[in-house]
Amino acid sequence: MADSGSEDIAVIGNTDLTPSESENNLKNTMVEKGTNLLKMMEISVAEAEKRTGKNAVNMQETYTVYLIETRPVDAASEGTNPVPDSLWRRYSEFELLRNYLLVTYPFLVVPPLPEKRAEFVWHKLSADNMDPDFVERRRVGLENFLLRVASHPDLSSDNIFYSFLTEENGWKETVFETGFQAKADSRLKALNATFRVKNPDKRFAEMKHYGDELQSVISQLLRVRARAADRLYGVYKVHGNYGRVFSEWSAIEKEMGDGLQSAGHHMDAYAASVDDILEEEEHYADQLKEYLFYADALRAVCRKHELTQYELEMATMDLTSKKQQREELATGMIRTFSLKGMTSKLFGQETPEQREAKLKMLETQIEEGKEMVKERNAECEEFVKSAWVDIERFKEQKDHDLREALISYAIMQISMCKKGIQVWNNAKECFSKM
Amino acid sequence: MSGSVVDNTVSPGNSSVAIPTDISGQILDLDEDDDLEVFSKDLTLTDGSSFNASMQTSPASMINQYKFEEDAEDTKDIFVTVDNPESHVTAIETYITYRVVTKTTRSEFDSSEFEVRRRYQDFLWLKGRLEEAHPTLIVHPLPEKFVVKGMVERFNEDFIETRSRALHRFLNKIAEHPIFSSSEDFKIFLTAASGELSSHKKQGPGFLSRMGDTVKAVAAAVRGVRNRPLEFTEMQEYVDAFSQKISSLDKVTQRIVREQKEYLDELKESGPTYALWSQSEEELAEPLRNVAGCVDRCCKETEEQVKNLNDHLIPVLHEYVLCADTLKAVLRRRDNIQADFEAKTEALATKKADRDTMRDDLDKAEDRLEWANNALKSDWTRWQKVMRTDLRSAFVDTAERNVSYYEKCLAVWESFLHSQRTDAEGNGNVDFS
Repeated sequence: MADSGSEDIAVIGNTDLTPSESENNLKNTMVEKGTNLLKMMEISVAEAEKRTGKNAVNMQETYTVYLIETRPVDAASEGTNPVPDSLWRRYSEFELLRNYLLVTYPFLVVPPLPEKRAEFVWHKLSADNMDPDFVERRRVGLENFLLRVASHPDLSSDNIFYSFLTEENGWKETVFETGFQAKADSRLKALNATFRVKNPDKRFAEMKHYGDELQSVISQLLRVRARAADRLYGVYKVHGNYGRVFSEWSAIEKEMGDGLQSAGHHMDAYAASVDDILEEEEHYADQLKEYLFYADALRAVCRKHELTQYELEMATMDLTSKKQQREELATGMIRTFSLKGMTSKLFGQETPEQREAKLKMLETQIEEGKEMVKERNAECEEFVKSAWVDIERFKEQKDHDLREALISYAIMQISMCKKGIQVWNNAKECFSKM
Repeated sequence: MSGSVVDNTVSPGNSSVAIPTDISGQILDLDEDDDLEVFSKDLTLTDGSSFNASMQTSPASMINQYKFEEDAEDTKDIFVTVDNPESHVTAIETYITYRVVTKTTRSEFDSSEFEVRRRYQDFLWLKGRLEEAHPTLIVHPLPEKFVVKGMVERFNEDFIETRSRALHRFLNKIAEHPIFSSSEDFKIFLTAASGELSSHKKQGPGFLSRMGDTVKAVAAAVRGVRNRPLEFTEMQEYVDAFSQKISSLDKVTQRIVREQKEYLDELKESGPTYALWSQSEEELAEPLRNVAGCVDRCCKETEEQVKNLNDHLIPVLHEYVLCADTLKAVLRRRDNIQADFEAKTEALATKKADRDTMRDDLDKAEDRLEWANNALKSDWTRWQKVMRTDLRSAFVDTAERNVSYYEKCLAVWESFLHSQRTDAEGNGNVDFS
């Protein structure tokens, strides 16, 4: 639960935290102090439910919906604890929201959604989207997404975001009414086209490269972790066989029987302990995954910057060419090849009136072109400024979060070692009574 | 046990002479074949002392008076070690010898320290002689000739090291056994120069007489035992169950080692991945490098833990799997001695001629059976104690090593946490209280 009634960054580092506690604390540390929307309201994704209904092509489908609860901060601190406002949303609506934000704020590193399909799974974990564990982890991820957006200095004040949280009906229509879809389509087309920027911005190029590296290394780490988890599971579970055999063996022994039997129980406990261990590790994997997807968002910003710069360069080139045409027309010197030029050569010179008309048109175009360049230049500068602020903010957030993640990984390992020490000390005692 | 009591010199003229456990042992270098086991044993004292000549006598017959519980642990007067394997190459073969060092205060030894080199064949010979002399006593198993699974080569370093330790345990078990440790063959094994040993090995009952007795023994085995005493039936049941359980434990442990090795292989990749990541980062570079180091250290500890299982627990479990087979063989031999006695009893009742000789034979067979049973009963109690001690300490040892493994890994991660805390407090970033 987003317990952000208190604005202090929650404490972690206690090795005796339960998994849910540390999960909570972790979420709280990701939320920045005194941020806009969260100052006013508490947000949570409290539940998940299965629904069936007819889809767009009138076929029956099963899907999951998530309950978003919001509650004004003041109410909670007054101690009255009123019933929160709530509404149900499905994953596709979250996706719609995010797409809207991506298009509307192309210069911001937009927080990512939890993965659509389970990846980097180790075999015991289900890759099925309907699996309750997967749904639960997704619920947590969606809540995390909302909190991230709500704590972002710019995104948190977006109206569409606000109505996503508060208006169950008609929200989709509202989003489409913004016309973001059209912008999205054209941007998408442009992004997918290959284009070359003449003077790439070094900083953005470096950021994009960093995004590539981050994505690659986290993917690798997640793959290795999943395989190691698989193996570790095997090691622990095989010890369960000790339990069984000791128990059977104790039946034929007299003096050794008790010691063997009780040692066997500890071996069973050891085998069972791996389930909790790996569940905690899954949470660590989720933290890494978030930044895997963040890397993508970062790269998207860099690509969009490239596009903006490209458009500026295009406009500039266009203006230059128009200016040159005007000069040629004015001086009569043909420096650039143009179809008009060729035809006039072939069919004779234009009349002075025709030239006048053309010049006038070019002048207009040049004025328009100048405006365009000015606009695009401003756009570019604006983009660079805003993007760079957000990238700095993102860097800090990432450094902080990932360091916390590494620390929580260490805490997990420590907890695992402590359990191991306990079990084997107990077993040792039993063995010595054999 | 004092005095120059010898227990396995056999005079060739004796009609019901003993059949060595493994007649092939001195002729061909084969795996021990249970079917050729000894079925009857006839022992005589060379100095034909105060015992009745017709009564089978040997230190084994003194077992009734001999209390196995006085295991002379505090008065251990012989120390044997096996180590230092060395390879020898000849035109015909390559083989390994092991150094056997003996330190003793026993008066029957000419000196107090001996050092000899022995090869596996020699150990095999010794085991054969002991089993031949004492068919119903329990001889600790030797390591197997070569391990088929896992494709271990005969001259692989680990294999040789493991075998050396097992041979060490074998000789120590012999030295600790109240009867075996005073065996003349054991003494010769420990003290004789290689040439001496070879010539001694060549002695023993002739091949043909052995074959004759084998035929008799096989006949007895086929006949089967009729009235097995309950306690031996219970022993058989126990041995069958024990054999199953200890084999399972052996398999489970080997499986654990396999899984652990595969886990290690995966884990080994994650350290370098963290290190690679640290190269793209600034603020995060240090904690990432630190984590990479921690993971690498844990890998080393895991490697050692696997080695411990392989070097300490698995060999002991495996030995007791072989022990179970030994016990089955001992029980079978006892059964055959009884079967022989039963057959002779029957013969006396039915045949008319040669009654005197047959009566004689019957008496001998009865005595043989009596002391075989007593020998087994006493050694059984002894074996159970030893088994309990061995397995207990093997498991306690394993548990201790596992605790130590987790303690070391714990320290690794705690030092990481500590480094991050001091960093954080320095920067005033996060409150860890």
